[in-house]
Amino acid sequence: MALLQIAEPGMSTEPHKHRLAVGIDLGTTNSLVATVRNSIAVCLADESGRSMLPSIVHYRADGSIDVGQSAVLAQASDPRNTIVSVKRFMGRGLKDVAHVETMPYDFEDSPGMVRLRTVQGVKSPVEVSAEILRVLRLRAEASLGGALDGAVITVPAYFDDAQRQATKDAARLAGLDVLRLLNEPTAAAVAYGLDNAAEGVYAVYDLGGGTFDLSILKLSRGVFEVLSTNGDAALGGDDFDHRLFCWALETSKQSPLSSSDSRRLQIKAREAKEQLTICEEAPIHLKLASGDEINLVITREKFAELTAHLVQKTLGPVRKALRDAGLGPEDIKGVVMVGGATRMPHIQRAVASYFGQEPLTNLDPDKVVALGAAMQANALVGNRKTEDDDWLLLDVIPLSLGLETMGGLVEKVVPRNATLPIARAQEFTTFKDGQTAMAFHVVQGERELVSDCRSLARFELRGIPPMVAGAARIRVAFQVDADGLLSVSAREMSSGVEASVLVKPSYGLSDDEIAGMLQAGVERAGDDMAARALREQQVEADRVIEATEQALAKDGALLDATERAHIDEVLAALRRLRDGDDHRAIKTGIDALARATDEFAARRMDSSIRSALTGHKIDEISV
Amino acid sequence: MGRPEASDRMSIDLTQDFFTLFGLPRRFDIDEAKLDHAWHELQSQVHPDRHAHLSDLEKRRSMQWATRVNEGFRTLKKPLPRASYLLELAGIDAALETNTAMSPEFLMEQMEWREAVEEARQAGEVDELEQLHQRLRLHSREVLESLSQELDEAHDYVAAADTVRRLMFIEKLQHEIDDALEALET
Repeated sequence: MALLQIAEPGMSTEPHKHRLAVGIDLGTTNSLVATVRNSIAVCLADESGRSMLPSIVHYRADGSIDVGQSAVLAQASDPRNTIVSVKRFMGRGLKDVAHVETMPYDFEDSPGMVRLRTVQGVKSPVEVSAEILRVLRLRAEASLGGALDGAVITVPAYFDDAQRQATKDAARLAGLDVLRLLNEPTAAAVAYGLDNAAEGVYAVYDLGGGTFDLSILKLSRGVFEVLSTNGDAALGGDDFDHRLFCWALETSKQSPLSSSDSRRLQIKAREAKEQLTICEEAPIHLKLASGDEINLVITREKFAELTAHLVQKTLGPVRKALRDAGLGPEDIKGVVMVGGATRMPHIQRAVASYFGQEPLTNLDPDKVVALGAAMQANALVGNRKTEDDDWLLLDVIPLSLGLETMGGLVEKVVPRNATLPIARAQEFTTFKDGQTAMAFHVVQGERELVSDCRSLARFELRGIPPMVAGAARIRVAFQVDADGLLSVSAREMSSGVEASVLVKPSYGLSDDEIAGMLQAGVERAGDDMAARALREQQVEADRVIEATEQALAKDGALLDATERAHIDEVLAALRRLRDGDDHRAIKTGIDALARATDEFAARRMDSSIRSALTGHKIDEISV
Repeated sequence: MGRPEASDRMSIDLTQDFFTLFGLPRRFDIDEAKLDHAWHELQSQVHPDRHAHLSDLEKRRSMQWATRVNEGFRTLKKPLPRASYLLELAGIDAALETNTAMSPEFLMEQMEWREAVEEARQAGEVDELEQLHQRLRLHSREVLESLSQELDEAHDYVAAADTVRRLMFIEKLQHEIDDALEALET
């Protein structure tokens, strides 16, 4: 492709400057961190050689926190303070969480997101997730030998805005610079597609511990285009464990168990499920605190029967995704299986029978998401070296966005499966004479009634000049960025008077709360806030200086002598500030350079667009 | 806080029409493969992933560009928005939302369709709904052919505006059938 040689904004011209970037799969059951080393994506292991970190956080009475393997045993001994599968609570209220009654936690139903009372105080799921991410960050820094320049964090494709925002907040809290939130099936498709030089339309069937996604992607000449995505953000391997757990309880006729026994039986159920992947039958044996024993054997057949409805439940989203893509099962070239739960034989059978072909299981379903995320992180941070590394992801928004209108109905503004980034605007008017304010309620979901959709944000536009009913023109604009995150603004147009408000839905957690948590986290880690701020600004300054130098070297001709002199001057000033120790001064220098190069950047973008089209035409003529 | 003049200044080319942006002739009949190709190439330049390592300002501009490119793609990809856009470029205000002065025959026909869909929906007849969907698709293909003739050959924009309005009715009906099918499945 001629075009890609004309301008390569994502490619570094200085290959020796390798930046440290990781991909993190923040999973319901296990989490992983991966990076690209010598052009190969690898998962990073802990000191005992394990790359999977159990997503378990134990808050100890002595104020210390265990994460991962060291917290596994505490599940049974201290269930209330040992949080497992916290991903299920991200951006969720208490009423949205399934099986609360069998969970050993002390919930607090705060507005927006549920919280957990622990021996170390009330914890938000964002904080719990941040503990997991922090351990992975430290592991990566130790392994790569330096501070990270950025991370790609994966999320289920079917996560709504609140869940995405919560994930991004958790990463921020863990001290990570988030380059992008990447959808898990898309990450898997990148890893699979690049490894196998795949072309054509593929389905990714991703059944994780707590979430299910189905994405349809078209792979062509280095472009990964998501055609549609669907799923269930509350369906996963955990539900299969739970079914088995309930069966064991019923069959053994045990009265309600203590939280400790209950957790131990859940662990036994999970072990039995895993064993059934290899064996025809598996024992469930547990000695209860009372001295009673549960002693059962589950067969593969029985397990398939117990969980058949869960397997069926995944096929609904499969059908919907195909319909949205305008395709049938016969149009799918391959089905990539992702997530540990897809190891279950009856899932593989169901998928094979629906698509009429054996699913692709030649990659590790536990690692493929982290590996794909690492590849993308490497590209985003600017480590691309050659054209071969060059690919483009075009992802979509999974659920429609809308506004509440009269009668509790939803007016859709952004349709589901629209390619990101996307902006859409809708005009509204006043319904009373002299009305000076208007309330907006932003929701996400496919249902017609507001009460059936997820509430994302409420805001009011004030200061509308008094007019007769219907005369005001209020334009509400939605912008969804490449992370799938929404911002909304409203403006009164007809009078020329501007009154606008920006909303960034931050579900449950305010910016102040995040700042407070950050401070607390930093203090505990014995970190120095100021030193960290300085380091962050220096990294940013280096990034901006390097980008500007590259731009000047390549497209300096777009500037006249005066313009060039001005940019050189501001650039030199920033270089001086960068070596000082005042992070605020560096920030000012960065902003100054951004302003000074604003017009230059616009011209470069414009010229690269022209090249894109020219390149296109030349291509066409030569054919 | 997003100063509007800043975003206007950088957008020298944001005003160029979508056909020019995608390097396509301004016609209703387009080469879809060419459109897809141009979309990919443009996004290769402007997509936020290409600018993730640059300054916040450049990231923001890249998002605006990529948003614009996606909007263009959505407008040109499907026949109905493409036709509406051509009318808009030709200075024809089809007044799509309000002008519903349709011929009585067309409205009669629409009512019959609607009744058939409603009956099938209430009776839960999936097969009947699927059939209606198929018939409607054939019908809309005919309408698209006349639209292409009016826009590209005859340049009769007034007639085209009327056809566009008819097409809107048809699409709405198609969505209703889709929704009914989806509701019956769940």
